[in-house]
Amino acid sequence: METFNYVKAPNVEKALASAEQAKFIAGGTTLVDLMKLHVETPKTLVDINLLPLEKIEKLPDGGLRIGAMVRNSDLAWSDEVKKSYPVLSEALLSGASPQLRNMATTGGNLLQRTRCMYFREPNAGTPGGYGCNKRTPGSGCAALDGFNRMHAVLGTSDKCIATHPSDMCVAMAALEAVIHVEGPKGKRTIPFADFHKLPGDTPHIENALEPGELITHVDLPKPVEGAKSTYLKLRDRASYEFALASAAVVARVEGGHIRYIRVAMGGVGTKPWRSHEAEAALMGKPANQASFKAAALAALAKSKPHKDNAFKVELAKRCLVRSLKTATATA
Amino acid sequence: MSTTPSGIIGRPTPRIDGPLKTTGAAKYATDFHIDGMAYAVPFVSSIASGRIRNLDTSAAEKMPGVLLVLHRGNIGQLYRTVPGDGDATNSEVRPAFEDDIVRHWGQYVALVVAETFEEATSAAAVIHAEYDLETPKLRSSLDDFTGERKKGSHRGNFDAAFGSAPVKVDQTYVTPIETHNPIEMHGSVAVWDRDQLTMFETTQGVVNHRVVMAQTLGIPIENVRVVTRFLGSGFGGKLFPWPHCAMNAVAACKLGRPVKLCLPRRMMFSSVGYRPRTEQRMRLGASMDGKLLALSHDYLNSTSLLDDYDEGCAEATPYLYSVANLSVTSGLVRRNLGAPMYMRGPGAVPGLYAMEAAMNELADELKIDPVKLRILNDAEKDEDKNIPFSSRHYRECLEVGAKKFGWEKRTVGIGSMRRYGKILGWGMAGASWVALRLPCTAHVEFHANGRVSVRSGTQDIGTGTYTTFAQVVHEKTGVPLDRIDVVIGDSALPDGPMSGGSMVTGSVLNAIANASTEAMKKMIALSTGTEGSPLKGTKAEELEFAEGRIRKKDSAAGDPEFAEILKLARVDGLSAEGKTVPTWEDPQSKDKSLHSYGAQFVEVEWEPDIARLRVSRVVTVIDAGRIINPKAAANQIAGAVVMGVGMGLLEETVHDQRTGQPINGSMADYLMATCADSPEIDVTFLDYPDPAMGEYGARGVGEIGLAGVAAAITAAVHHATGVRVRELPVKIEDLLQSKILQA
Ligand SMILES: Cc1cc2nc3c(=O)[nH]c(=O)nc-3n(C[C@H](O)[C@H](O)[C@H](O)COP(=O)(O)OP(=O)(O)OC[C@H]3O[C@@H](n4cnc5c(N)ncnc54)[C@H](O)[C@@H]3O)c2cc1C
Ligand code: SF4
Repeated sequence: METFNYVKAPNVEKALASAEQAKFIAGGTTLVDLMKLHVETPKTLVDINLLPLEKIEKLPDGGLRIGAMVRNSDLAWSDEVKKSYPVLSEALLSGASPQLRNMATTGGNLLQRTRCMYFREPNAGTPGGYGCNKRTPGSGCAALDGFNRMHAVLGTSDKCIATHPSDMCVAMAALEAVIHVEGPKGKRTIPFADFHKLPGDTPHIENALEPGELITHVDLPKPVEGAKSTYLKLRDRASYEFALASAAVVARVEGGHIRYIRVAMGGVGTKPWRSHEAEAALMGKPANQASFKAAALAALAKSKPHKDNAFKVELAKRCLVRSLKTATATA
Repeated sequence: MSTTPSGIIGRPTPRIDGPLKTTGAAKYATDFHIDGMAYAVPFVSSIASGRIRNLDTSAAEKMPGVLLVLHRGNIGQLYRTVPGDGDATNSEVRPAFEDDIVRHWGQYVALVVAETFEEATSAAAVIHAEYDLETPKLRSSLDDFTGERKKGSHRGNFDAAFGSAPVKVDQTYVTPIETHNPIEMHGSVAVWDRDQLTMFETTQGVVNHRVVMAQTLGIPIENVRVVTRFLGSGFGGKLFPWPHCAMNAVAACKLGRPVKLCLPRRMMFSSVGYRPRTEQRMRLGASMDGKLLALSHDYLNSTSLLDDYDEGCAEATPYLYSVANLSVTSGLVRRNLGAPMYMRGPGAVPGLYAMEAAMNELADELKIDPVKLRILNDAEKDEDKNIPFSSRHYRECLEVGAKKFGWEKRTVGIGSMRRYGKILGWGMAGASWVALRLPCTAHVEFHANGRVSVRSGTQDIGTGTYTTFAQVVHEKTGVPLDRIDVVIGDSALPDGPMSGGSMVTGSVLNAIANASTEAMKKMIALSTGTEGSPLKGTKAEELEFAEGRIRKKDSAAGDPEFAEILKLARVDGLSAEGKTVPTWEDPQSKDKSLHSYGAQFVEVEWEPDIARLRVSRVVTVIDAGRIINPKAAANQIAGAVVMGVGMGLLEETVHDQRTGQPINGSMADYLMATCADSPEIDVTFLDYPDPAMGEYGARGVGEIGLAGVAAAITAAVHHATGVRVRELPVKIEDLLQSKILQA
């Protein structure tokens, strides 16, 4: 860990004023970890734990406003979320451990970084260390012919194949959340789909935030009437492990046919993976096994497995089929 | 605590050290904070094979707070130890920094010592090493073995018998590299007082640690003291010293200050041992009705470049079943990895996985129930050594286990059993582990303040040694548990055994019982000879020691407490020594085959549509002699079963094939079973005292619970999914091969 300055911001204004050359610290469960590993070396930490961004509020249009500082555990157990957005509650509770969820925040979760083991090596991206284009553009990618069982099969490039590890984000992608930020140039909103970036040739650019911008809250649209939602996470052990494959589904079925459908997947993509292909394959179709299988096929059609992760393609398909079955089941 | 001495052996007894642990008052090695202490952090190699061409420590030496950077150029002489000499057992042949050759990733190259841990860590990060790289041998498969195989146990004519056997199994089973992950990491605090060295260590053997340290540092043994009051477990990884201990001691000596070194979890994966990879070919030949005719066990295990570590996979093979024709061979395959080390149930655990998996395949081949197959081949005597078993109830383990599990309800068809929309798989396996009583000494002392202490140079690895020792003293003297002090974990105490091989209980209890008896005799003698004692002049034969008092056998008159006598005699403490005779010298045990036995029954739940498999239920029946503390013992077995779930389904250290780094070297990436993975566990002890194990008949329970679990899991997996996995752990990748797609 490098030496750093520490500032505690009493309000948003002060936080923004201190943000230059700095990193915000919320729960710290990603940031401190990565500082210890020399992955993050901020000169200044701006502590945002005092900011009044810890509320969950109903919006006049029926949506839900989630402050950036709302803890993952509080969000998961909120009555409103449990009732109207169960997919989000389930996704949050499938992640990390109770202790981590008590610290982790909504804003921090959006910005958690990949668990690629090479990326997390202290000397990755330096001469003599593992190549990692995410750490140092142009240094190569050690995962391409290294151990890549955990890595992505969708949205990869020849520069980076790291998965986005978040569960919460997969649910938010399916819920079409909107991210509110405030920065030196004022306030703006970013639709969820545009927030995380594909690696392409620039895997070090992970999201749409501009330098110094603070996430203030995340808005969820009004719950879709008559829809059911679910999150399923598959992994080697029963808890405390990132997803090998996961799926978030929001669906409404009328007369046996799918009339509203949102599908997102985790553990397989380089970003929280909204599958428009699966949605297109399902819209208007009968809610049955054949449609689900066709959707799974469509969702993974462009998958590109590597040495150790080919199994994820089949696993993701099964994950999706089961989730669709659950979300469309009539009680 | 109100307990009666008569029933204390075998009574579930809460840990006497429990309050210390739950309040944080129990001091583990790195909890010792000594005035003026400095902190050491190792710098390790980032290559697996080559030569250090240049080591630049100049930047590190200029960093704030840095006191010393130790390396090959300035460490001075560290010595190798002679195996067996002065009973010294070491982990690695090579002491730290002995030459400039790098033989594995994570090898120590330098040690930074600074005023604070943070300063040492920062300075270690700016050390720069240049290497002449060589291509490391890292291949995970051992199929490149070309050497001569070592011959092990042998009887009859295996080749002929196997050749003509009507039913055969010939399969190879693989276990991966697994890493010991005790919650307490390795640590060492070295304190010099002139030429006297005290080391607060996390070791499973304070006595051995002391000998090895004296030999490695080249100093007289009487100048070294090793202290381990509490251990946050070890699983074998802390049996013998590792190079960091001597490194740290030298640093403390050079600085004239206490130095603390605590290995980070990451280094726990490269520098302090692991269970090596094994590849075991099993050949079983049987008659049509299931009688074993021929058995061979040919195994290979990986080891480091310099250490001849033999995993000993065929530990249980020669005696577990009756078979006339048997052959065992083994071979070592060298890799650019650190030295392997014994891990819970070394040899027998990977070996029995292979043996019992092969037995299950044979049962399927023969269409015989696997429990029946084992009973059919039960051995009457140890056919390897041609000696009787001291106490063997393997058959009863199998029968009781089957009954408790409900085995008779098993339907044999693959995927044929269901519950709540899930497929069930049932599997079973046998277990065994050696028993041995090591020579050791204990002291029991009565104190004038009314307390009794017991001392022995052994340690509590976390299994409940403190409590079992107190139980024996309580049983003998009747002094209540809360007036008994157990003093262990210090090499200055009378020689006690290592906490390894499940041997502490079976070994030390006898010495403690003898010491208690001797001390009581001395108390009686003192009571009859002390001026003012109500028993003065009474004949010793007329007296007995009971409930902490000395009394006349035929009347309750007199009846002074031992403390009163000590006070009258103006003596502060009166002690006696007791010894344990090792099993190999005791006529009761020396020509007996001493082993524990067990049976494991496992249920898995399988959801084929999402390839999710979890172990839901385990019944385990253990024949480990007499159980001294059923509470602690059941805890050992249940913990081992959970570890078995990890061995069967999760644990595997993965080395990057280019650098040799254990790439999943963290608690998040190296998967062990979590609480959520723990099945419902039913532990039963048969509780037959083993007459060859001395007064208490206890054989120890630290390891046996792990044996057989993985084989029972793979059998259950096959029963549920139809997939036969012969390389652990069973992965989702394997399960996706199942032809069953819906429950
Ligand atoms: C062992 C372990 C296991 C885990 N398992 C899972 C899992 O299974 N599933 C899962 O989804 N997650 C998992 N996590 C990740 C966890 O969810 C994240 O670490 C957590 O959500 C991050 O939130 P935080 O508040 O602690 O972020 P911090 O660490 O405080 O910050 C993370 C990043 O976000 C930035 N940041 C924080 N808040 C803001 C803001 N308001 N505006 C702008 N930037 C901000 C910080 O500068 C930093 O770069 C795991 C983490 C660990 C350590
Ligand atoms: S996959 Fe991405 S994060 Fe991992 S090593 Fe390659 S470039 Fe770095």
